[in-house]
Amino acid sequence: MELLATEGHWLAVAFAVLMGLSILLYVILDGYDLGVGMLMARADDEQKDRMIASIGPFWDANETWLVLSVGLLLVAFPAAHGVILSELYLPATLMLMALILRGVSFDFRAKARSQHKQRWDRTFFIGSLLAALTQGYMLGLYIMGFESSSSATVFALLVAVSLAAGYCLMGATWLVMKTEGELQQRAVRWARISLWLTALGIVSISLVTPLVNERIFSKWFSMPEIILLAPIPLLTGLLVLALDRLLAGMPYRHDRFYRWPFWLAGGMFALCFQGLAYSFYPYVVPEQMTIYGAAASPESLWIIFIGALLVLPCIIGYTIFAYRVFSGKAQELNYY
Amino acid sequence: METLDALMLARAQFGANITFHILFPTITIALGWVLLFFKLKFNRSGDDQWMAAYQFFVKVFALCFALGVVSGITMSFQFGTNWPGFMETVGNIAGPLLAYEILTAFFMEAVFLGIMLFGVNRVSNRVHTIATLLVAVGTTLSAFWILVLNSWMHTPAGFEMRDGVAHATDWWAIIFNPSMPYRLAHMLMASGLTAAFLIAGLSAYRWLRGDRSGGVKAGLRTGVFLAAGLIPLQIFMGDLHGLNTLEHQPQKVAAMEGLWQTEQGAGLRLFAIPDAEQQTNHFEIVIPNLASLILTHDWNGELKGLEAFEHHPPMAPVFYAFRIMVGVGVLMLLVSWVGAWQIKRQGEPKPWLAKVLVAMTFAGWVATVAGWYTTEIGRQPWLVQDVLLTADAASDVAAGMIATTLTGYLILYALLISAFIGTLFYMGRRAGRLPEPTSEQAKPLAGAFQQEGA
Repeated sequence: MELLATEGHWLAVAFAVLMGLSILLYVILDGYDLGVGMLMARADDEQKDRMIASIGPFWDANETWLVLSVGLLLVAFPAAHGVILSELYLPATLMLMALILRGVSFDFRAKARSQHKQRWDRTFFIGSLLAALTQGYMLGLYIMGFESSSSATVFALLVAVSLAAGYCLMGATWLVMKTEGELQQRAVRWARISLWLTALGIVSISLVTPLVNERIFSKWFSMPEIILLAPIPLLTGLLVLALDRLLAGMPYRHDRFYRWPFWLAGGMFALCFQGLAYSFYPYVVPEQMTIYGAAASPESLWIIFIGALLVLPCIIGYTIFAYRVFSGKAQELNYY
Repeated sequence: METLDALMLARAQFGANITFHILFPTITIALGWVLLFFKLKFNRSGDDQWMAAYQFFVKVFALCFALGVVSGITMSFQFGTNWPGFMETVGNIAGPLLAYEILTAFFMEAVFLGIMLFGVNRVSNRVHTIATLLVAVGTTLSAFWILVLNSWMHTPAGFEMRDGVAHATDWWAIIFNPSMPYRLAHMLMASGLTAAFLIAGLSAYRWLRGDRSGGVKAGLRTGVFLAAGLIPLQIFMGDLHGLNTLEHQPQKVAAMEGLWQTEQGAGLRLFAIPDAEQQTNHFEIVIPNLASLILTHDWNGELKGLEAFEHHPPMAPVFYAFRIMVGVGVLMLLVSWVGAWQIKRQGEPKPWLAKVLVAMTFAGWVATVAGWYTTEIGRQPWLVQDVLLTADAASDVAAGMIATTLTGYLILYALLISAFIGTLFYMGRRAGRLPEPTSEQAKPLAGAFQQEGA
């Protein structure tokens, strides 16, 4: 029994890591295509086609990481899944509708009659924006431990806008990587604006979170943690500055460094995610349920864990293959 | 009363979502294989008509796939929002099955779909064919896992209950539970028929509008012959599935057959209006002894009526849905056989037949949804047969909230289905106006790697 308990502990941590990884991959990957969707409002028709072409082969697989995240929450921490999704019932439903609208308008715009194309483009924009905002809103409510107060709502709205800005940053740096000429220059401008909005969001969230949560406060601001953890905010700050400087000089001759902004922005996301994960560990429902208390039975987790160990390398392998197939600048949308 | 309303609304919402969702995998599971067939035919013969058929129906596939993916995400959330008791009770079994679906199928479909749709100029013809194959394998694997779970909910096996929670004892028995092979085969063939009638219907539509190109002919022949070949198999499979259901869920068969009381030599009710209050049927049209003969293979075999069961499903929806499914199936048999005969003899369908095919473009949807209602409503009031009641799995989300979101979903789905159907026929019209696509870009061997950038 003792052994089973430790095994249970170990598995709970392993699944928390898997889930965290898949959430992080989701926000970076679907983040850039949601971002491109939001930025489409600021582009002309020809640029819109190019922007869509840059995410066409990927968006579907990107969204699958969301399915995996929710799936892992569902199968590994079933008790938490029920609590979290009942608390987030309304925003989650709105997000789903937004994702439905966005996913289908992507396909309809290329196939429906041309006078409807603009309508589907607008739907694509609205869907992307709404999905980003609701995801941020849910994250905000989660950070606040699902407290129902007006200050929690205000905070959640702040996170909503910040995450949308962050996705725009991912989208803009993606476009810097995947496009050329005027569109690329526009993307550089979008990236700089959204970078500073994102930074503002990160700072405010980082200040508010420990202030409203004593446990998180003591996790960050006590010795020696404060020193050991200092690299996270410092590195984030450095990345923001480096990214801004890099973008300021764009485009460079021969399009040098064209992939760097995307990687740096992804690094920012990873650091922020790291900070959040540290703050909330070991809770899966903040202040209510730990990953150990919410974990499913070890026998079942084992079955999934072995499968995941075998299959995840394949998934990562063919995902990389697909990115290599479509590497380089986005071309004309060559609909087969 | 409050909770009952919330329960009914939650069921309606889940029903609406899954009904909408099921429409699209039902097409893509089989259409993926048909696309592979087109592609292989083209690879072997070099005949442009197969490429033209591929190019038209890959667009249909992409549209169905997108709708299936986005509506499927909704399902994964709804387990938690609407039915928390489901995962709390049988999560140890449902969890791994769902996880395996995501891990082995979802990513593969989504990643290779990108290559299948957009990669034609970037990968070799061989890799493109492999991508087509892997997308088909992925959609089928996905159907496999979901039907394993669904079958397990009908005929649970390989587990034990400890403190009200199911624990897996034998994964082999869970996966190959008693109804799984029948249900899986029945569903795969349903998908084949749905795709076949969709292909035939859209091709017939183009045919009627004067497009007599090779791609249209290839689509028409493939659709009609596939349907004609599958429908007798499906009727046979449906019969086997019925016998399996009689063994494990006799109360469902009682509802399907319209039997209130246990009967020896029960008749086959072609039509009736079940009356739950008086526990009887009105306006019955009965063929004596036939139900017993079909189900027990004995002229005077005994069939149990609903009254014999403590928990039993509502009769009317199961009874009607079953008749709709069978009725559409019979229609499919007639139309596809006449169609196959005409095309075989004359090389083309008569206009009236083409019109019938257009009218039956979505016949597969009607039959699939009706069949799905038969089996799922037929399991009520159980969510997992003899293990978990639907009412015990429901969340305590307020009725008003569910009603609001349900309304939202229904509006969204209505809009999307009309946009989907409109777009399919628009694509059919537009395809005729474009010049026949040449195979220049896709000749075998000609599509060598054109990767740049690395």
